[in-house]
Formats: sequence, structure tokens, C-alpha cells
Amino acid sequence: MRASLFITCYNDTLYPETGRAVVSLLERLGVELEFHPKQTCCGQMHANTGFRGEAFSQAKRFVRLYQDAENVVIPSSSCVSMIREQYPRLFEEMGNEELRQQFAALSPRVYELSEFIIDRLGVEDVGAYFPHRVTYHASCHSLRGIHLGDRPFRLLGKVRGMKLIPLPHLDRCCGFGGTFSVKNGEVSSAMLTVKLQDVLATGAEYCTGPDNSCLMHMGGAMHRLYADMKTIHMAEILASTQESPAEATL
Amino acid sequence: MSHAATNQPVLDPKLALPFPQAVLPVLRNPQLRKNVAHAIDVIQAKRARLVEEKPDWQELRSAAAAIRMHTLENLGSYLEQFEANCTARGGIVHWAADAEEARRIILELLREENASEVIKIKTMTSAEIQLNPFLQASGINAYETDLAEIILQLGEGEPSHIVVPALHVNRSQVREIFARRMGLKDLSDDPKELTNAARNYLRQKFLKIPTAISGANFLIAETGSIGVVESEGNGRMCLTLPRTMITLAGVEKVLPRFQDLEVMLQLLARNATGERMNPYTSLWTGVTPGDGPQRFHVVLLDNERSSILARNKERQTLKCIRCGACMNACPVYRQVGGHAYGSVYPGPIGSILTPQLMQMHYAKTLPYASSLCGACYEACPTKINIPEVLLDLRAQVTNIERKQFSRVLDPMYLGLRIANLIFSRAWMFHAAQFFGRFGLGIFTRKDGWVHSLPSVGGEWTQTRDLRGFPSQTFHGWWAARGAKPNKEAK
Repeated sequence: MRASLFITCYNDTLYPETGRAVVSLLERLGVELEFHPKQTCCGQMHANTGFRGEAFSQAKRFVRLYQDAENVVIPSSSCVSMIREQYPRLFEEMGNEELRQQFAALSPRVYELSEFIIDRLGVEDVGAYFPHRVTYHASCHSLRGIHLGDRPFRLLGKVRGMKLIPLPHLDRCCGFGGTFSVKNGEVSSAMLTVKLQDVLATGAEYCTGPDNSCLMHMGGAMHRLYADMKTIHMAEILASTQESPAEATL
Repeated sequence: MSHAATNQPVLDPKLALPFPQAVLPVLRNPQLRKNVAHAIDVIQAKRARLVEEKPDWQELRSAAAAIRMHTLENLGSYLEQFEANCTARGGIVHWAADAEEARRIILELLREENASEVIKIKTMTSAEIQLNPFLQASGINAYETDLAEIILQLGEGEPSHIVVPALHVNRSQVREIFARRMGLKDLSDDPKELTNAARNYLRQKFLKIPTAISGANFLIAETGSIGVVESEGNGRMCLTLPRTMITLAGVEKVLPRFQDLEVMLQLLARNATGERMNPYTSLWTGVTPGDGPQRFHVVLLDNERSSILARNKERQTLKCIRCGACMNACPVYRQVGGHAYGSVYPGPIGSILTPQLMQMHYAKTLPYASSLCGACYEACPTKINIPEVLLDLRAQVTNIERKQFSRVLDPMYLGLRIANLIFSRAWMFHAAQFFGRFGLGIFTRKDGWVHSLPSVGGEWTQTRDLRGFPSQTFHGWWAARGAKPNKEAK
């Protein structure tokens, strides 16, 4: 099976280890990966801040770049949610029927990482080994945007050596919200405090999730507070094996 | 004295502070935040249990959404039908284009009654048109009869929630207000004693004042009836004792058929307060000789609703049945309560309704008062896609502001414009990453993390560190890895 990796702008820039983990994980599962060097951003930052025209040009770029891909895999539920929910509206709003149709054809082949592994590859046990206590934070877009459901738990539940500790108030937002975190920095911080109380109380060594955006938010506060916990993207846990453990643990 | 100096909430979008500033005193008020979070958590736990026991919950939501949207798409004819049926049964229907006209109509009706006092059933629409202060300035005292509204009226507070307006006030604060305003020095904070005090206070008003004002949860086009749901029975008293009743309702409150209540009433109380059925559901039609108010007026308020109706994407805002569940589900509201929204309609629904009621001239920071987590949409009984409307309103705000000269150097606008340029070409994106590494490098400490940033970045680093740029981007790694064939791949 072939898949084209859309790594997302912030993973490319700030969290390349997540991308490397996706590559090692999917290649281990027998997927032939390609990476389009012209990719940039899905346009979510612009769309969510009210810059519709700019978001439209990013969306157009995405469709043009990936329209011939067999599958598109994205290690971010938030970007997938942007693509699935907002692209059709953007194309309709801009009156671009051709793009709307091209996207309608492409959309069923766009997968979040755990969707791709479970729904497309039909795998739950990816052969990972991660001997740590971990709690899972479901990003809002993974829950209510693209309805990942129990997919991440099915994958993480099969990781050898790992103890998964349930996080209370799983459906509550961490307060990131993209530009919300700087436009309403104080409220965002108050929401983060409440979330961190739950996360830290699990006593886990790592907090994982399907989005580095929430993890950057919580991990940034953990670092500021000298908390005894780190964040790690779900892909890095799933890629981790006895022979090559996750970079974050080294 | 300015509101900024007193920290008193101002629920007038024209005078209120921008949301990010309005939240600051609240965030420094642990008592208020605890009151709000506690009240919300209690309601949410009750609601969750009751929603769980309805296997057809999602079907009910779909039915309600369909009924409400159908109504809005045919609003004119249903309103005319309501007017005809209400009039045939002895009611008098008045049409008010805006808040000022509604206030004037109500004042004239009260003057005809020679009323110097009026009792009120809880109505957010009257708060929307700022009726109480207007009546007071015209020499008419309006007395709220809903327990929470009494607490706020006597304590000179403002509502912070559309269903539970005094949710930010706790029991000992209620005791203090009642003791002070009712002259009951020995009052304890026992709920029974507090309700008794309110009951004594209210009874005098009910027996003495022959004129009442209500809102409406529903107007039934088919029968010309009006429906009000409530918990305490004070509304029922206002509906039976007075000689004259004036009902103020937004034009969107109409339902086509009596039968539609079946869907709405199953959803409303469950979603609003976590009750299977609200204790009092009052339905009345025009005037019934010898029973209830003998003079009955309905004031139908437009106040920008027609212009919301005319907009395709935002029309769904008017599907709202004011259950308040979006507030209870909202993680932003849970932290800051309702006052910071600067409107009688707070929370997610307020964030989309208020700016539209203000024709986008005021409350322009409210569409941004959301992390777009989607909990409101999931809770909404009529499936208003609040995040979608928020995004659309953000686009409207951006389109206004980006043309303003003062925004040219605004870091947010400048940054997003540059970002758009960068994202349009991969080489520019890669160059920006290259230079960004040096730029951020200046602020990166030896531990590899950024602890403090200037400008907009400072909003982030006020409470959060940021890991510095890694030495290699992903695409750089991929290129360096070479287009080597993947041996294991099938």
C-alpha cells in the first residue's frame, strides 16, 4: 500500500521526531511512503482566525498537491478536521465548483494516523514496546471533529510494557485553540491549569495524544512548572520498539 | 465612574470591555469561579444522566433542528398565523422593530393601566431591551419574581446565565443580600429559610400588583397560544392573579403546531437543568373570561432578528430555544462565567448572537472567545453549529478590521499576512523555517527551551514555555535520508 504523508507545518518545523516516528511506524507496517516536498500548511490557522481568502489558497494548494495520492496520512486530528469539515465550505463559499468536486473525490482518501492504521491497514497491534505509564489526552477535534472514537485506545492498548492510565474529563478542552491561546491568553491559561490538574494527577510519566498542538500547550506548561511529566505524540509511542525506543525517552 | 474602576459587570455590548480584558477581574476572583464551576458541574452531571436514559436523544435533536429550521424558513407566514389566532382569542398583538419601539409599546400599555408597579416572569428578552432600567426611569417599578432574578435585583447584580442567572452567587451571599434588603437580621443560610424569606417577599407583590410582564418560551402559530416553562411556580402566579399580562417575545420563538411541543418539551428541561420535565409548564391562549388576566398583549420583537434570518449561514442562530446547555458545556464559560461576555446572552450562543444583534458594530471580540472545542454544538438541542457560525463571524470581523489603518502593524494581522505568503510557496516556507531558527534562537535558553517572547509571543510565554527549534526540519531529514527504496515495503 502507498501513502503520501502530509506532515503539517508545525510538525515539520517544531516536531520532526513525530514525522520520523510516523515514517518508521508505517514502513514497519509495510506501507510505501511518499513525501511531497512542496507541502506547507492546511490553512487552519487562517480559517480559524477569520482569514477565509488566505485559508482558501492553502486549501487549494492541498487539493492540487494530493489529488493523485492513493492515500494521505496526517498525524494531526486537528488538521484532518480542518480539511474534512472546512474545505467543502470554503470551496462552496468561494464558488469554486471544480475544486469542490476534486476535493470530494480526494476526501475519503485522507486519513488521520490512527484511522489509517485501523480502517485502512486493518491493524491494531503495531508491535510497539513502550515500558512506561502513559495517559492519553483526546484533542477536541479528534473527539468531536473527526470522531476518532476508541481507535487510539485500541492501538495504545496493544503496546507492550505500557500502562495506560485513564484521564478524567477526557472530553474537556486543554485551552489551546490555536490563536485563541494568544488572543485570549489568560482564559486559555486558566483552562490549561484545570486540564493539567487532571493530567498530572494520573501520575503518568508521559501524556500522549493525536495532536502535537495540545501537547505543545500542555508540555509547555509542564516544562515551565518543572512538572514530573513529558508529552509525546501517539505516533512516537506506536513507533517505539525494544531495539529503537522513542527519541523522547532517550 | 467607569466600569473598569469598579469591576462591576456591564451587560451592554456598547459599553462592555473587550472579552480578553473583561475576564481579568473574574480570573482573579476564586470565589466566583468556584461558584460557577460548582453550579455547572452539578447541572452537567444531572443532564448527562437524563440524556443517557433517552435512547432517542439524537432523533429528538434532529427533529427539533428540523422543526426550528422549517419555522425560520417560513417565519413570516407562521407569525401571521400566530397573530390571527391570538387575536381571535382576545389577545392584542403588537410588532416592535427594535428595542426602543418595544420599550415604548410596553410603557404605553402600562400607562393605560395606570401602573406604577409591575411583576415579571423571568424573561431574557426584557433584559435584551433593558426594560427594567427604562421602566424605572419612567417611574414604574418592575419586580422580578423568579428566585434567581430576585437575588440579582435585590443584590443589584447582573445575570450571568440565561437559565440560572444567579449561578455565580452562592448561598451565603444570598443570605447576605436577603438579610440586608429584607431587613431580616437573623436570617440563616438554610435553603428553607431563604426560600421562605423570598416567598414572603413575593406574596406581597403577587397580591398587590395587578399587572404582569412575561417572556415566552414558545409561541404556537396553529393555536395562538403562548408557552412558558419554569421551575418555581412564580410564573404561574403571574399568569393567574394579575388583571393584565404583557408578553414580550422575539419573533423567532414561534412553533408551527401545538404538537411540536412534544419534541421541544422533551429536550428543553433535560438539556437545560437536568430535569425530566420542568415543574411548571404554562400554556395560555388569548383571554379566557373569568380566568386569568382579562387583558392580554403580545409584543413581538424583531431587533435585528430579520437581518440574521436573511443570512444563510447565520440563520441557524435563531433556532435557539434558550436552554443554556451550550454555556454549561463550554470550557471557557466554566472558567469565567457569564459577565465577561458583556451581554445578557453569554456563553457560546451569546458569542454568536450578541455581535449579530449589534450588527457587528460591537462585541467584536466575542466570536474569538472560544477555543472551537465543539462541546456547544454537541450539547445543542437544535443542532446549531456554533463553531461554524463563530468562524463566519470571525471572518466578518477580520474583513472589517483588516481594512483599518490602525491594524496595518497589528502583530496578529501582520503575522497572518506574512504566514499566508510563506505558506504559498514551499521555498519561502523553508526559508522562513531557516530564518525562524535564528530568530527564535536568540530567545532560546541553554536548556533548549524558550521561556520568554516579545509581542504576541509573550501571550504564549506568560504561562507556557516553548521548545526551541530542532536542528533539522522533517523535510530536511527526509531529503537527507534520500529517496532510498523502502526495502520492507510490499
